Amino acid sequence: MIVANRKPFEEIIEMLKPYSKILLLGCNECVTVCATGGSKEVAVLASEIRLYRQKEGKPVEIGEVTLERNCDPEYVESLKPFIHDYEVVLSMACGCGIQFVGEHYRDRLVLPAVNTTFYGVTEEHGVWTERCQGCGNCILHKTLGICPVTRCAKSIFNGPCGGSQGGKCEVDRDIPCAWHLIVDRYRELNMMDKYLEIQPMKDWSTSRDGGPRKRVREDLKI
Amino acid sequence: MSTQSNLERVLKSGTFAVTSECGPPRGADPEVVKKKGSYLLGYVDCVNVTDNQTSVVRMSSFSACLVLKGVGLDPIMQMVCRDRNRIAMQSDILGAAALGINNLLCLSGDHQKFGDHPTAKNVFDIDSIQLIQTVKGMRDEGRFISGQEVKGKPNIFIGCVENPFADPFEIRALRLAKKAAAGAQFVQTQCVFNVEKFEKWMEMVRDLGIHEKIHILAGITPMKSIGMAQYMKNSVPGMDVPEEQIERLKGVPKEKVTEEGIKIAVETIERVRAIKGVAGVHIMAIEWEEKVQEIVKAAGLHPRP
Repeated sequence: MIVANRKPFEEIIEMLKPYSKILLLGCNECVTVCATGGSKEVAVLASEIRLYRQKEGKPVEIGEVTLERNCDPEYVESLKPFIHDYEVVLSMACGCGIQFVGEHYRDRLVLPAVNTTFYGVTEEHGVWTERCQGCGNCILHKTLGICPVTRCAKSIFNGPCGGSQGGKCEVDRDIPCAWHLIVDRYRELNMMDKYLEIQPMKDWSTSRDGGPRKRVREDLKI
Repeated sequence: MSTQSNLERVLKSGTFAVTSECGPPRGADPEVVKKKGSYLLGYVDCVNVTDNQTSVVRMSSFSACLVLKGVGLDPIMQMVCRDRNRIAMQSDILGAAALGINNLLCLSGDHQKFGDHPTAKNVFDIDSIQLIQTVKGMRDEGRFISGQEVKGKPNIFIGCVENPFADPFEIRALRLAKKAAAGAQFVQTQCVFNVEKFEKWMEMVRDLGIHEKIHILAGITPMKSIGMAQYMKNSVPGMDVPEEQIERLKGVPKEKVTEEGIKIAVETIERVRAIKGVAGVHIMAIEWEEKVQEIVKAAGLHPRP
């Protein structure tokens, strides 16, 4: 899933300063799963803003809507009948959703209420961690299921670097060293000889470095 | 084919080699570099010039190398993978070779989190082993990474680093084997304080026959103070400082601590010199370059060939 974090309240309040009619938009997909921008979080943020603005003597009217998905035109278009009742949209969807809604309603600004952070997993209840960067050229078969592009702070292909200690990364002692995990897998699977193979340089052109990416399935186009 | 590297000449002659390090200043004054260089002239075979070490902005390694070359030293340009992509790296390798820099040390580089610009974007387009391959490919095959021809090959002696004290320990000798296979000709290790662990690592290195493929220089760092020893032990990733070494510094009167630090460094040189497969030492006297002469002399490594 795409994991996001709510922005600091002060930052949100600052963005909303010029507006008194706000559409607060949530999403039922990833941001709901990571407990950041689903209908529950929309309701909480709406109450916080209302209370704050009331205390400031600048009350606001907030509409609360949570779409099934913000990255699909079918759902985004459902905003059409009422989006113009509001001066601005504050979105709790991920960065994709925020942009996509904005593209559909060019006369309305869509402000971000969250910082979109990573593609990750729910490691345990209330803990999400990163697993993938969408580099467009997966090598998980070579690194035995652990992604060094994402999980090594230096994206090293022939690790571990000299900062790996006690299985932890030099950047943060709470982060497991990706290459320590990879070496553990080599050992468990009796494949240590494979460690000696030098991994070739990565072709980053399939990643963001090659420019914004696009996928087309001609057979699905209508 | 040999390069013009003085270090290569010394190592190939079988003489126990001595290199040291010069950290460029956080400013544009070349006199600082010249002064540091003057302490080392005649006492080392080559001098490393760090590349924005600990991710703190300093005069570029490339420029400081040229300043040191100007005072008669043979510099080893350090290059980290943190700040440059493969285009910039290959360009700098050509430039360095064109201006008479004979040695290149290939490293991953400390993460920018530790430096003075923690909000910077890092690069890590290629890693240190791939950088070694790159230099070798340019020099021996006359090819860029792209496969295109290098017109005027950079004749560079290729070095790398390895940390015998980082984890997992079992792969630290194998990782050196990978670096040697990639084309590294010499390695300078992380500072050796825990000599027993270093001996164990060397045993693994010898079992794999790596010491016959690559010249191994053991890293030596004299402790300036008890505070420095404690900082190295607790706050520098991948550093192994045994408690008894700190106790030894604590056991002497305050005014004798630096002397004791130097003494430990000299003893460490003697101990690593006795280990089969160790071809030299790399003395990293951090912001203490003026002490290198004393250490080299006390270790009986002066004059240099």
